Amino acid sequence: MSGNVSLRALIVDDEAPARSRLRDLLADCAETHPVEVVGEAGNGAEALAILNDTPANLVLLDIRMPEMDGIELAQHLQKLPAPPAVIFTTAYDAYAIKAFELHAVDYLLKPIRGARLLEALSRLPPLKAPSADALNHLASGPRRHLSVQERGKLQLIPIGDVIYLKAELKYVTLRTREREYLVDESLTRLEEEFGTLFVRIHRNCLVARQHVAGFERETGESGEGGWLALLRGVPERLPVSRRQQHVLREFGR
Amino acid sequence: MASSINQNFPTHALPSFRNLGVVLRILLIVNGASLLLAVVRTPTWEAVPDDFMVQAVLVQPVLLLALVVLYGLSPALGRLPYPSGVASVFAVAAASGALVHLLAGGVGGIGASPDLVRFLVVSVAMTAVLLGYFDLRGRALSPALTEARLQALQARIRPHFLFNSINAVLSLIRSDPKRAEAALEDMAELFRVAMSDSRKLSPLAREVELCRQYLELEALRLGERLRVEWHTEKMPAEALVPPMILQPLVENAVYHGIEPGSAPGTVTINIYKYRDEVHLAIKNPFHEGGREQAGNKIALANIRERLSLHFDAEARLDTHVSGGAYQVRITLPYLTEAGA
Repeated sequence: MSGNVSLRALIVDDEAPARSRLRDLLADCAETHPVEVVGEAGNGAEALAILNDTPANLVLLDIRMPEMDGIELAQHLQKLPAPPAVIFTTAYDAYAIKAFELHAVDYLLKPIRGARLLEALSRLPPLKAPSADALNHLASGPRRHLSVQERGKLQLIPIGDVIYLKAELKYVTLRTREREYLVDESLTRLEEEFGTLFVRIHRNCLVARQHVAGFERETGESGEGGWLALLRGVPERLPVSRRQQHVLREFGR
Repeated sequence: MASSINQNFPTHALPSFRNLGVVLRILLIVNGASLLLAVVRTPTWEAVPDDFMVQAVLVQPVLLLALVVLYGLSPALGRLPYPSGVASVFAVAAASGALVHLLAGGVGGIGASPDLVRFLVVSVAMTAVLLGYFDLRGRALSPALTEARLQALQARIRPHFLFNSINAVLSLIRSDPKRAEAALEDMAELFRVAMSDSRKLSPLAREVELCRQYLELEALRLGERLRVEWHTEKMPAEALVPPMILQPLVENAVYHGIEPGSAPGTVTINIYKYRDEVHLAIKNPFHEGGREQAGNKIALANIRERLSLHFDAEARLDTHVSGGAYQVRITLPYLTEAGA
């Protein structure tokens, strides 16, 4: 029994027939496990847009989707004020299935069986979001977006738009061409995940390789100046620490 | 049949020297040759056993030494390309011969022993006869193996596609039973071909029909996202091609070119005959840094292997990326039922 928590679900799948199949099956379960479907989304960004306005406590989430896969979306969903529970759906992936079992993450195999969905629903309370650790293990590569929370809403920033990441006090500042955001993740963790796209030029700073325009000598009043990194699209010049000067060689200096 | 005349099944391979049958055959053949030689060399029947024994003093040590060494090297030899493997076996035989000759000479027990060069010539010639025999025998047995291999290579429709399609058909059963029926029919046809006799070549028109059915199924799932352009005006419909040669490539195009994008993408299929060759070209949008490039390589390697099993060096498969598009092109000899 679903207890006294009423289930509000979002269906996320890039294939329309798969979404309608889930809707049908949820309707079949309605007698014992009423679920209100708050919406359907064809990709991760759409799903977030819906969730920002219409809270749901359960997301039925396809894994293989364009632009952003289901695992990444689940990683971002955790930053919502009240992260929803997630049931993944997948057609076939022996590796993923093993990982799900290992980390006790709920999943449904496509073609989805009504009985199996019912079973998953009846296990649902407590409505618990999957753990960050489990999701990190399930991810098959770095995320393609970073997510930031602003005024209670979650916003996605494609990783290609990030020019630099700079650690300041408690937060990491993320700079895109347009503006700055505050990211609630550690610089070390970000470097681990995106090490191939970013290069550390300072203890507190990662810059996107593709946005590095060049380097120049700092002409400071103190005479012998250090190097500054010039970046495409933003006026800031970021100091390269003495310890990280070897990165200049990487860029042909 | 066109299929059996025009296909090559090159399967040169060294025998396994750890196989009891192989070892017994070698012992029998070498000793048989030695016995025949004794018959030729001696004036009377009574002298044959003596002569055989005299030869045995040299022949058996060489034979046993070579067999022991080959037994040890067998797994390594199996991994070598066939010509290098053959060269290695010759080297082992010659080295065993030289070593035994040296030791026997040192002991000085055999007065009538031949000089080193002639001794080595005989060792190597005997090895050549044995390898030739094993090669012929291997090829006589191989069609069955080849067939099994073709079958295994062919039956590889992505499980991802199968399960997603069934899921899509299930969703239609309530809302659009007619369409669900048609989809199941397409699916049955696809799998009938995927599981059919893979040694028979089939007409190109049939392959194209199959691809259309396959794409119908994909359109069910992907809807607007999948656009297909066919260029088959100059297609030689009667040309014979290996079954399921086109569908896996189109499946790849959908899997790697259409599914990773949320915007609509186009798969272009271009089939034509030029000179005496049939060209099949499939183009799809290229997505950089896909998470599953390895799967594509396996599918292509599979088709390459099937092409070479059917046509040897006469067929080619090449791929290239340009202007945001990925293209696979198969070129194969133009064959027809009548022309074979």
